[in-house]
Parts: sequence; structure tokens; C-alpha cells
Amino acid sequence: MENEYSPTIEVIELCLLAGKIMLQGGAETYRVEDTMTRIAASLGIPDSHSYVTPTGIIFSTDGIEPAKLIRISERSTDLYKVTLVNGISRKIGSGELDGKRALARLKEIETADYTFPVYQQVLAASIASGCFLIMFLGQWMDFIPAMIAGGLGFATFIYVHRVVQIKFFSEFIASLFIGILAYVFVKAGIGTELDKIIIGSVMPLVPGLLITNAIRDLMAGHLVSGLSKGAEAFLTAFAIGAGIALVFTF
Amino acid sequence: MFIHLITSFIASAGFGVLFNAPKKSLLKCGFVGMVGWFIYIWLVTLDYDAVISSLIAAFTIAVISQIFARMYKTPIIIFSVAGIIPLVPGGLAYDAMRNFVENDYNTAIQLAAKAFMISGAIAVGLVISEVINQIIRKVQFKSKRSY
Repeated sequence: MENEYSPTIEVIELCLLAGKIMLQGGAETYRVEDTMTRIAASLGIPDSHSYVTPTGIIFSTDGIEPAKLIRISERSTDLYKVTLVNGISRKIGSGELDGKRALARLKEIETADYTFPVYQQVLAASIASGCFLIMFLGQWMDFIPAMIAGGLGFATFIYVHRVVQIKFFSEFIASLFIGILAYVFVKAGIGTELDKIIIGSVMPLVPGLLITNAIRDLMAGHLVSGLSKGAEAFLTAFAIGAGIALVFTF
Repeated sequence: MFIHLITSFIASAGFGVLFNAPKKSLLKCGFVGMVGWFIYIWLVTLDYDAVISSLIAAFTIAVISQIFARMYKTPIIIFSVAGIIPLVPGGLAYDAMRNFVENDYNTAIQLAAKAFMISGAIAVGLVISEVINQIIRKVQFKSKRSY
């Protein structure tokens, strides 16, 4: 009896883990659901149901197995993991990987840290800030101030987020810091246009991924995830705006 | 214009790093962002409205991302997100926020509405390309079946 049960449970575990990694990496809801049902189908469970929201996944197979639930508490953006899980799902579909090896591989991916080192991220953020300044028709003179403000702002975001686990608060602090820096630069005569510097350096914090994902989820009929992601995006934008606004009130 | 091309390329690739896109796809992210921004800027200099320009640019980005996703067998989100970032109306939203703080609510509401319209246009551009993609897939499927 035991032997008949375990394969299904293993498949459920595999699907949930795949869904969890994808969702934490910032994949769209419909992609997560699609991947989970596909993996289940290619491992011999044709009728499975998955219900994915930004904070949890429920997965159930038609049968006597209990439905399982996973709670997602921390979400970030890690497109590399999404790509890896996508590749595994393809391989399972084509029969290259069996369930056991796929599960082992997924567990490896879950614990591994593929992110770029922090200094590279900060560097990328600062260069992107400088480039945004030019794209928004700023002057070349403001390029360096925007780079510094953007890089330091992003570094602040990473650091504060490590200490305080509330994302909105760290965004608020980071944008406040950017605002102060830009103000100091302009007062010191290093920068010329305060607006352009702030816009350029705030861009790395802007929730672009969330906004596009939210609207795509809404259009695809995932109303719950769409609305909650939209709320998250709105709160993030509000936190950034409030941080900048605070600088102007002085 | 040349400067715009280079800066948008670097900015989009930089965002690829922040979103931890696979290293191989960073250049492609930059390319998608560059094309999108080029179309946007080009249409804006031709005196088209920013909303229409964003719509068309987002649509193009989604189409290129879909082609890339097929070619390299990766999720489409990698390319589309990095490409969309330059179009996000951060400047407008900032201006709106600033006017709110300065108690100039009329200007602020106008700017905020415009920012909202542009982000809506970006989303619609993405969705249109997805719908077209699905239609093409379904038509292909049907024609294959009938043979």
C-alpha cells in the first residue's frame, strides 16, 4: 500500500517546490500554474489543480491524496532561478529527467544563491541611473552625481532591507537618502538639475516588474494575484514618492 | 540619437543585472530595451502622443521578447521586463508627486492621470502582442490538424 502512495506524494512535492522557486523568483502567476500542471501531467497525474497567489500556493490532485499548501513569505526578483526551473520542467516534459532527479536538482536550486555579488548590483544600479539621466534629457554634467546617488541609494536599499525585513520601509529610507544626496549635490554646485538627478537615481527602485506582472495577471484572469501585486506596486511607488517628498518639505 | 541608443542599451542591461537575469541574456535584454526606447523616442520626436508611443514601443518589445524566448528557450519575462523599464513613466510620476507635495493639486492630478495612462498603454501593448501570439498559435494548430 505504501508503495502505491509515495510516487504521487513525491510528484506533489516536486510541483510545489518548482512553483515555490518560480514564484519567489518573480515569475508571472499563470506561468507558475502552467508549469506545475505540466510537470504533474508529464509525471502521470493528468488532472491536477493549482491555485497560486503571491503569498501561497495550493496544489491538489484529483484523488485521495490530500491537497497541499505552501506559504510564500519572501519574494524577490531572481529571473535566473525562473529560467532554471523552466528548463527542468521542459526536460521532465521531454522525458530527459525523472521525478527523483528533478526533485534533487530543484532542492539544489532552492538553496543555491545565484545572485550577482552586491558590489556588481550596486555598480549596475549606478550605471543605469546615470544612463537614465541622459535618456530623460539631462545634462552630461549631472551624470556623475546621478551615478553616485543611484548607486548609494540602491546600496542603502539592500543594507536596510537586510536589517529591517519590511520592504516598504527600506524603499522609503533609500529614496529619502537619494533625495538628500541629490539636494546636497545641487547645493554644492556639483549637479545642476535636481529633478533629473532624482528621477534618474530613483529608477532602480521603481517597481516596473510588479506593475507589468500585475496587469498581465489581471488580463489573464488571475484577479486575486493581479490585485495584490498591484497593491504591492502601488505601496512601493508610494514609499518612494514619500521618501522624495519628505526632502522637498525641508 | 546615438547617445540615446547607447544609454538605453546600458540601462536595460543594468536592470538585467538587478533582476538577476542569466548572464548570457544580458546583452539581449539590453538590445530589447534599446529597440523599445528607440521607437518611443523616435515617435515622440515625430510629435506623436506619449501614450501612443509607449503603446507601440511596448508592443514591439513584447514581439521581440517573444521571438527571443522562442529562440533561446527561456521565459519571455526575462526580456520583456528589462525592455519595459525605460518606458515606465518614472519622471511623470515624480513630477506628479512633487506637485502634490507643493500643494499644486490641479497639475499633480493631470500628471498622475497621464502617468497612469502611459502605464496602462504599456500593459495593453504587452497584452496585444500576447493575444496575437495566441491567435497565431491556434490558427497554426488548426491548420495542422486539418491536413
